[in-house]
Amino acid sequence: MIEEGKPIFVQIAEQIENDILAGTIAEDSMVPSTNEFAAFYRINPATAGKGVNQLVDDGILYKKRGIGMFVAPGARQRIIDQRTTEFTANYLHPLLSEAAKLGMTPEQVTDLIHSETASYERK
Amino acid sequence: MTTQEPVVRVEGLTKSFGRFTAVDDVSFTVEANKIYGLLGRNGAGKTTIMQLLTGQQFATSGDIRVFGQAPVENAHVLQQMCFVKETQKYPDSFEPRHVLASAPWFFENWDSDFAERLVDDFRLPVRRRIKKLSRGQLSAVGVIVGLASRAPLTFFDEPYLGLDAVARQIFYDRLLEDYSDHPRTVILSTHLIDEVSNLLEHVLVIDEGRMLMDQDAEKLRGSASTVVGKASNVDAFVAGRDVISREGIGGLASATLGGLTAAERAAAAAAGLELSPVSLQQLIVQKTSSHTGSPEQDWKVRA
Repeated sequence: MIEEGKPIFVQIAEQIENDILAGTIAEDSMVPSTNEFAAFYRINPATAGKGVNQLVDDGILYKKRGIGMFVAPGARQRIIDQRTTEFTANYLHPLLSEAAKLGMTPEQVTDLIHSETASYERK
Repeated sequence: MTTQEPVVRVEGLTKSFGRFTAVDDVSFTVEANKIYGLLGRNGAGKTTIMQLLTGQQFATSGDIRVFGQAPVENAHVLQQMCFVKETQKYPDSFEPRHVLASAPWFFENWDSDFAERLVDDFRLPVRRRIKKLSRGQLSAVGVIVGLASRAPLTFFDEPYLGLDAVARQIFYDRLLEDYSDHPRTVILSTHLIDEVSNLLEHVLVIDEGRMLMDQDAEKLRGSASTVVGKASNVDAFVAGRDVISREGIGGLASATLGGLTAAERAAAAAAGLELSPVSLQQLIVQKTSSHTGSPEQDWKVRA
């Protein structure tokens, strides 16, 4: 689950965001503790804490003193907005760069997207 | 997280055995309640440093403070430490149960329930003469003492010689769990860097008696990248940068270099170069494998 080349705390933050996006953790519900994340991902608790704290700073999670961390209201929409702005750089640019290497035209890429979307939705 | 006094403060530490300098003018601090990795090649000086910190060797020169005091013959310091060695000697007649029964005399935080749980986890035969134990079982005795002692400062020096992959995973899991519940300072020396890299908060790398890296583990992760591509493109890209190592076959080359910014990564990709991350283990292998006085040795990890 943990990959090389990316700070672990960033990956922990992304993982929690993914769970919020997928609806696995609902807004205003409690997320696992730092120590639980550390044990589950087999990472240093300080590193897990850094990932959680980053989400607190971003307003995705909030602290209830003495109880734990909770998903902030509106967190899911905020993650969607953030990831939408990053979509071009993270996904579209690599796609276009690979397509250019293969000599594919934008039309071919668009056609592929349409045909794959149809089969992807059937799954 | 807390701004406490460091648990260990070492300044200008040197240890010579005759003409051989095992530890050469090393300075570092160890902060409370963090897990440290003390890494380096065989004979780099890791064990000597741990022996010096635990008062089992006299420094040739330099200053060592552990819990604010010199460790040699100092009961106040020594009773707060547990040192799990690669080759721990026990009395001939001892069985593991004798070791576990006598441990509370030395470690005031000893948790016998935890020790019993670990005995089950490691499937350690407690009623067998220590001499008759397998190498892995002998290592398990040390690991159990190191964990259940809950000493404020615990050293694990290559603790798992002969331990199988399952037992090592149990060690990592129990260490993390118990560390979460009972924070303490742990210094772990090992060659299995890939296995432990995610557990470490801070990394100290020793090479030929000198401190090569003293760095936050998270900052080290992703601090270096390997670029692969046509040799001419690679050389053009790395010119003037901090190159850790370079290899080539035919017209292809790969070079490992530190601290690339997002813009530099984009530039590398635009130049047709493949970028790949470098694991902590690969980074340390590359940093400690050269013995020539190449300019690469001046390379420092950028924060």
